[in-house]
Amino acid sequence: MKRPLAVSVVGLLLAAAGIAAAQQDLAAYVSGDRRSGFTFLAPETRALQTDEFRNPGMLWVEEGERLWSVAPPGGQSCAGCHKDAAVSMKGVAASYPAYDEEQKHVINLEQQINQCRGRQKQPALAWESRELLALTAYVGRQSLGMPVAVKIDGPAAQSFARGKEEYEMRRGQLDLSCAACHESQVGAKLRAEVISQGQMNGFPIYRQLWQTMGSSHRMIAWCNEAVRAETYPAGSQEYVDLELYAKWRGRGLPVETPAVRR
Amino acid sequence: MAAATRIRVPATARRGEIMELRAIIMHPMENGFRMETNGEYVPVHIIHTFVCRYNGAEVFRARLEPGIAANPYLAFTTRATESGTIEFIWLDDDGTFEVAAATVEVT
Repeated sequence: MKRPLAVSVVGLLLAAAGIAAAQQDLAAYVSGDRRSGFTFLAPETRALQTDEFRNPGMLWVEEGERLWSVAPPGGQSCAGCHKDAAVSMKGVAASYPAYDEEQKHVINLEQQINQCRGRQKQPALAWESRELLALTAYVGRQSLGMPVAVKIDGPAAQSFARGKEEYEMRRGQLDLSCAACHESQVGAKLRAEVISQGQMNGFPIYRQLWQTMGSSHRMIAWCNEAVRAETYPAGSQEYVDLELYAKWRGRGLPVETPAVRR
Repeated sequence: MAAATRIRVPATARRGEIMELRAIIMHPMENGFRMETNGEYVPVHIIHTFVCRYNGAEVFRARLEPGIAANPYLAFTTRATESGTIEFIWLDDDGTFEVAAATVEVT
């Protein structure tokens, strides 16, 4: 009788050690009661994200790196003004969406990139275009691991309040708000999916369902469609406000761009 | 626009050592079963063949099918025999191809 007991004790210890190791790995993806979507993934999907070569989103990051120093005809390249992105763009994605003095409202990272293009007399890049996703992913990558910290006071306060309202507003035929799932039902199952906290610290993300990269606004629109609600267009102020609120919910979580999600 | 590719080849290797080579390409791998909102099928558009050449000699070849996910990633091994160039070639069924190459120093 002794041996099986010893074996099971060793087994238990090993199992406990395994769980502790796994939890330690995930500790970087948790901040207070806020858990990155990363912690809701299967180990295989997590491995896909953290392997810098295998992460398909890195294709877009590299593309963005190329585009960074391509000067458009009659304008400056990104590098022309901002020089080395590793220096100038460090921490930028962690602080967006942010209030913009020029436009007098809160804008997100994609809109900031297009505003820069406007200054260089270049047409705005389309939402979900390969170029815009690539540049956003490249800029986002420069903040890898930095804690999300968006400003919600001062001129951003109104936008934040609207975002919170959007977040809590029930909508669509299923009559669900964002909060109805991502706050009240975290960890529960929706068919085979585990409901996450809906954190936005890894955008643009490589989503396996889409088989491609997608912006934060594509994700929100997808969620809206899933509850059979009308979507707002990408880049609408409603989505920017919502993005600001959702990003604030994940304050302190590390930037994971390009995150891999299901 | 040309498809983006990424490859990984060790910069140096010892003679006889087994090297891992990795390659990934940005490609939709459209399987031909998806419909547009107007009910028309999206035509098949895939990478159908992948070839790896080591100093001109083929060391790896893969046939890819429509069931393979977008942005296909391949990892395989070959034995380091001599210093030289390792070439990765992706053949697209629209008749185009992508090439990426890197050098390895074998000591």
